[in-house]
Amino acid sequence: MYVAVKGGERAIDNAHAWLAEERRGDTDVAELSVAQIREQMALAVNRVMAEGSLYDPDLAALAIKQSRGDLIEAIFLIRAYRTTLPRFGGSNPIETEDMQCDRRVSATFKDAPGGQVLGPTFDYTHRLLDFKLAADGEAPQAPSATAPTEPTPHIMSFLDRENLIQTEKTSETTPDDLTRKPLELPASRALRLQSLARADEGFILGMAYSTQRGYARNHAFVAELRIGAVAVEMDIPELGFAIDIGEITVTECETVNQFQGSKTEPPQFTRGYGLVFGMTERKAISMALVDRALRWKELGEDNLGAPAQDEEFVLYHSDNIQATGFLEHIKLPHYVDFQSELELIRKLRREAQDAMSQEAAQ
Amino acid sequence: MNVMTDPNAARKAWLGLLAKAPARDLAQLWAALDLKAPHQILRAPEIGGVMVRGRAGAIGEAFNLGEITVTRASIKLEDGTVGHGYVQGRDKNHALQAALIDALMQTDAAARVRDGVLTPLQATMTQKKSTRAAKAAATKVDFFTMVRGED
Repeated sequence: MYVAVKGGERAIDNAHAWLAEERRGDTDVAELSVAQIREQMALAVNRVMAEGSLYDPDLAALAIKQSRGDLIEAIFLIRAYRTTLPRFGGSNPIETEDMQCDRRVSATFKDAPGGQVLGPTFDYTHRLLDFKLAADGEAPQAPSATAPTEPTPHIMSFLDRENLIQTEKTSETTPDDLTRKPLELPASRALRLQSLARADEGFILGMAYSTQRGYARNHAFVAELRIGAVAVEMDIPELGFAIDIGEITVTECETVNQFQGSKTEPPQFTRGYGLVFGMTERKAISMALVDRALRWKELGEDNLGAPAQDEEFVLYHSDNIQATGFLEHIKLPHYVDFQSELELIRKLRREAQDAMSQEAAQ
Repeated sequence: MNVMTDPNAARKAWLGLLAKAPARDLAQLWAALDLKAPHQILRAPEIGGVMVRGRAGAIGEAFNLGEITVTRASIKLEDGTVGHGYVQGRDKNHALQAALIDALMQTDAAARVRDGVLTPLQATMTQKKSTRAAKAAATKVDFFTMVRGED
């Protein structure tokens, strides 16, 4: 029997009121400010900006507070807010060559111009809990040294000069935007990169790891990993020229991959590329590996049937907001759906039982 | 940046500075200048998004990386000079102040505004950048090669 279900408003209101109370936690403990989250949970803020696909540290910090630290929920809030913004336009491509690098390392060339700059990294820490942080400490001070004036060129440009690396196609056409048009396959590299840049870090990490373990292995070296600030420039119609409209911190990873050559390409190194908002190097390295794996077709490689080579599998399952929306909806009321399933099972049961009792009677 | 080759270079520079400077620093310097600049608002401050683009492999074709928040506003001074402000973030006052300063920089008040607002603003920004660069420099690896004992 079909039963219309209404009601639950009071339960919902009270649940949300309790959520607000639980969010605040023990009132004997000082409340977190948005600025504290922005400054002291910076890497969480960066992840929310990257996967929320909106660079605004204050908003990301607010979203983390509102979501009680559930980063996917925070990303959801940012994505929802993003859709309310009128689009003023698109920037000129950022010039990562001009980045003011906080960090810049290469696993391929020790003596690269500009040097190996570690920056504020977790690398080489011992991963031991630091109980000093649990006590009120003094603000630490980092040492300084004379900053070099020489530029920090991309390390790939040296390989490029020797013609040992696959060249990148250039074009000045406006790239497709998956926030404007649903993602269709096969996707251009531009769409793949946009999709990967906002994809779930865990998913992309797993995909990248699978290529390292042998599923479409392409043996990547991190030719360069750089993190730092770059200016964002946009053409302003009312001015008639381009101006800087902001500055963002990004992480860029360029991998150089072994390549034996294929039917169409000579033996050379190939590239994978990762570019992500904020200081997000695990994600940027992962993105570069997955980007490279997805390029098998244009490089004339064989399809080994590996998950990371399958753009439909990667691109359609890497968005944590799409995934969580579909996954979590199954907990919401499906009373009517289930009622019909129940009816069906009862009917099948009845038929089976009738058949059995008929057999027994014969 | 060369003013001889690009007639817009100076304006481009101050607009870029106003866009990237912290709203609070700008507000303080503007208040301290104590300059009366009657004006009307041509375009009320509006918050929006700009799609930031990158290049595949840093040098290849463009792709969409994600958006940033930007606020814009335009004003007109009593003498008709129009100023535009495009600033990062969601601070409407920041955009209005940027537009006002853009307009004033095209008038006789330019020198005063430059000395009172733009120059100190630039100095603070440069200082912040060089502090970061100096800390980065302290983390630069000095490789040394061990001499192998062959005797």
